Amino acid sequence: MYPDNFRYTKEHEWVLVEGDAGTIGITDHAQEELGDIVYVDLPKVGAPIEAGKVFGSVESVKAVSDIYSPVSGEVTEINQSLADAPETLNTDPHGAGWLVKVRLAEAGQAQPLMSAADYQDYVGAEK
Amino acid sequence: MIKKVRSHISQNEPLLFERSSPGKRAYQLPELDVPAVDPAVELGAGNVRAEIDGFPEISEVEAIRHFTRLSTWNYAIDYGMYPLGSCTMKYNPRVNELVAKIEGMAWAHPYQPESLSQGSMEVMARLESALAEITGLHAVSLQPAAGAHGEMAGILLIRALLEKRGNPRKKVLIPDSAHGTNPASAAIAGYAVENIPSNEAGLLDLAALERIVDGDVAALMVTNPNTLGVFEQNIVEAARILHSKGAMLYMDGANMNALVGIARPGDFGVDVLHLNLHKTFSTPHGGGGPGAGPVAVTKELEPFLPIPRLKRSGKKWAWDYNRKQSIGRVRAFYGNFGVLVRALAYILAHGGPGLRNATVDAVLNANYIRKSLEPYYDLPYASPNMHEVVFSDARQEKSGVRTGDIAKRLIDYGFHPYTVSFPLIVHGALMIEPTETEGKMELDSFIDAMTSIAKEVEDDPQLVKNAPYSVRTSRVDEVAAARKPVLRWKPGN
Amino acid sequence: MRYLPKSDSERRQMLDACGTGSADDLFAHLPPEVRLNRPLDLPPGISEYEIIEYFTARAAENANGYPSFLGAGVYHHFRPVIVDTVVSRGEFLTSYTPYQAEISQGILTSIFEFQTMMCQLTGMDVANASMYDGSTALPEAAMMAARVTGKGKVVVARSVHPEYREVLQTYAKRQGMPVEEFGYVPDAGVIDLEDLERKIDGLTAAVVVQSPNFFGVIDQVKAAGEIAHRHGALLILVFTEAVSLGLLEPSPEVDIVAGEVQSFAISPSYGGPFAGVIATREKYIRQMPGRLVGQTVDSRGNRAFCLTLATREQHIRRERATSNICTNQALVALMATVFLSVYGKQGLRELAEQNLAKAHYLAGRLKPRFSGKFFNEFAVRTEGKKPDAVNRELLKKKIVGGLPLGRFYPELADSLLLCATEMSRRADMDAVAEALA
Repeated sequence: MYPDNFRYTKEHEWVLVEGDAGTIGITDHAQEELGDIVYVDLPKVGAPIEAGKVFGSVESVKAVSDIYSPVSGEVTEINQSLADAPETLNTDPHGAGWLVKVRLAEAGQAQPLMSAADYQDYVGAEK
Repeated sequence: MIKKVRSHISQNEPLLFERSSPGKRAYQLPELDVPAVDPAVELGAGNVRAEIDGFPEISEVEAIRHFTRLSTWNYAIDYGMYPLGSCTMKYNPRVNELVAKIEGMAWAHPYQPESLSQGSMEVMARLESALAEITGLHAVSLQPAAGAHGEMAGILLIRALLEKRGNPRKKVLIPDSAHGTNPASAAIAGYAVENIPSNEAGLLDLAALERIVDGDVAALMVTNPNTLGVFEQNIVEAARILHSKGAMLYMDGANMNALVGIARPGDFGVDVLHLNLHKTFSTPHGGGGPGAGPVAVTKELEPFLPIPRLKRSGKKWAWDYNRKQSIGRVRAFYGNFGVLVRALAYILAHGGPGLRNATVDAVLNANYIRKSLEPYYDLPYASPNMHEVVFSDARQEKSGVRTGDIAKRLIDYGFHPYTVSFPLIVHGALMIEPTETEGKMELDSFIDAMTSIAKEVEDDPQLVKNAPYSVRTSRVDEVAAARKPVLRWKPGN
Repeated sequence: MRYLPKSDSERRQMLDACGTGSADDLFAHLPPEVRLNRPLDLPPGISEYEIIEYFTARAAENANGYPSFLGAGVYHHFRPVIVDTVVSRGEFLTSYTPYQAEISQGILTSIFEFQTMMCQLTGMDVANASMYDGSTALPEAAMMAARVTGKGKVVVARSVHPEYREVLQTYAKRQGMPVEEFGYVPDAGVIDLEDLERKIDGLTAAVVVQSPNFFGVIDQVKAAGEIAHRHGALLILVFTEAVSLGLLEPSPEVDIVAGEVQSFAISPSYGGPFAGVIATREKYIRQMPGRLVGQTVDSRGNRAFCLTLATREQHIRRERATSNICTNQALVALMATVFLSVYGKQGLRELAEQNLAKAHYLAGRLKPRFSGKFFNEFAVRTEGKKPDAVNRELLKKKIVGGLPLGRFYPELADSLLLCATEMSRRADMDAVAEALA
């Protein structure tokens, strides 16, 4: 369910680190809790983001949830396709439903976050 | 068994634009008694618009049928009980409509001379004084147009007083059970919002309040009875804590229908209160408005009320604009006057003793529902309730049925749903407010419906989850509406 | 009491079911110190007949049947009979906000029609379901512009309705939004573009103009828009006389419209209830205040409508909402919708043309103070008499005159603002002209 090469936050975001690049999204558990996602609000390319701070939000019909960044860095790309197809976040949260790509401020920041196994336990326990 | 309703012919009807055909008309203007002029000359050719593409052209009979057919797609109080919690959907007396339409009332221009407005001003003065007596507060402004508008005005009044004392302070405390308008209004008035958690009984947590209130806190905004329908037992002590630290107590009067004639906010320490005349005082909701949101205040806050204020000048009423400490205007003119007329008519009809009797019946109705439905639905808070009662869907959730599903099934039984999923402190809330204008037969019919649905949840949860069935419009796809917003008609869509 | 539908025996049965001895026991849990231990000091209830008698007597103390030449944000237009027929239907009058779409398709459909017609009239892409009135729509539009631009200053024309500007000040002060006013050209009564250039700067979120402006003059909306956009600000257009939309071409420079639809069959009612509207460009939808109705389908695939984009609103986003508005003016917006369906494409234009003709007839017998082109309202100097004296003279003939402009503009203390609509009779206009002669 949860890819082994991602790291996970307690706020249910994931990050995939490849070199100094990171890809950020929300977890399958998060999309399940939110229900049908209707809108995604993302920062602009070039915006700085900071680990643990809000950088965007996702909306269902009757709720708005902040998205917290797992890492610090600068936004290099946002997932434009979500504007027309926010439902991708429900159907493929770990793949086509990625949110932003970032250039990491420093290497190794994702290490303290949860592994897939830890996260699986975490959401199991949360329920 | 569904007793209250059975199916009925429901007319289809296109949009106005789809009914349109060039040359049809529902109007006739009188012959001009002055020479016609050329718009291109008098307005300038560049300022005159071409024909408005797609604008409707229909006949009078089609207009009547259009809106009549549409109307039959609505539920309304006139059809039956409308148990929305915290919304106080009570009967709207028709005499109120009639008196608001009397020519001298309906056609009064706000700038006509005061000497020719004395009737309107007298109506407003009399309503102000009645509301002051009902709330136990010193003065009332009728200017705010709705509850949230009154909240904003009320918090601005607090801000003005605190500024005069030297420090407007930074934040407003709001219980987690509050209506969403409270934090939004505090934010518009320039305050940060701090949520304070309720205690296990769903009430204000005095210890937490004592701890949190400091020199940065401007006010606590509290709804009383709160959104669980429970009277805040410690309100006097809460007021004392706030006042001892230089902060104020704001009361959201949305639930005032539980208190009129029984207890007065001014007597239990409230500094500012807004009322919703479209709730407690029976003015019609009209599918979302208009309302009116008067604010009532203590003597200390009176100098800050919005301008203009009514004042007595000899034997006449006059508008006083010269009030240096006023927060200014919150809207043009004097308020939603037509709504004020209706509210005063309601107060006159009941009179003092009658208003109290209405409160008693409202509380009796809510308690009767509580007692009758307690065997079937989980009651998360056991405190005595007043005008409304909040259940949770804890038992039904085990069958996969949530409060929203039960609400939709209630439609098949011929009732408007209760308030769904509010207050937020109750997981899966069913918030039910019957009001005093439901008779025993209607209440019993509602109780039967809710009981029957509880049984359906056990026998056939899917039946409830797919409701409603009996209406012309089945479950509406709100997700599709939000993903691809279509907010206006266009030719061809 | 006639609004309480229970007999005493039914009450007794219900109390018994609750296990409660008396009705007062229902309140026994209230702390004694909060209880009101006396009856409310209000007289006993009265009959329907007496209520009608009371309000009829009060109404008689107001002006009744006077021809009036007051406008200034509230206009006397004929109200087609079917407007009240429709809005008196209990299904519209006594329904709540349409959160339960399945049993609220009537009001939802009518709001969708309202939104559509507001777009057609203003030339905007999207319009909301209503605001309290025009005066509160203005600060809401200004706060919206601040969110869009990330800036805070508002530059507003003095020719915008004075009470609207006061309301803007009340809101803006606590939002930390500086408000600066710019003037009008004394001869023409249109905005002073040079003064606008002086007051606008890089921190400006919005420029606010009204057209027809408070003096009735068609204002320089396009030029204001060009200046606003050059400084990265949005242009907010206010209108108070909605009938003018039947003739006036919407300006493509406008970013947000904040208007009042009282002219569309809403009786003056001593200043309310009216209905405001905010309309804007599609790209700003997410920053709009107020409710929006959208089109969708039901589970059987039939067209249906529902409230949508609600995550902007207070019940979901709380202190971060785009506005605190909840209750709006739905029934009043329905009046406007019925009115527009009665007049329709041709009728609204003809109605506007009649207003134009009447006002220009009256103006033709007088000398308008401003040279700018006007719709159905204009200022006039009272030449040697005080405006109040002219009004007093007219009152003797049972005519309500114009608005003395000195009340809001000290420099115009010698002027009256006169409005003529399709309801103004030639004989009464002649009387006004004579009083001013």
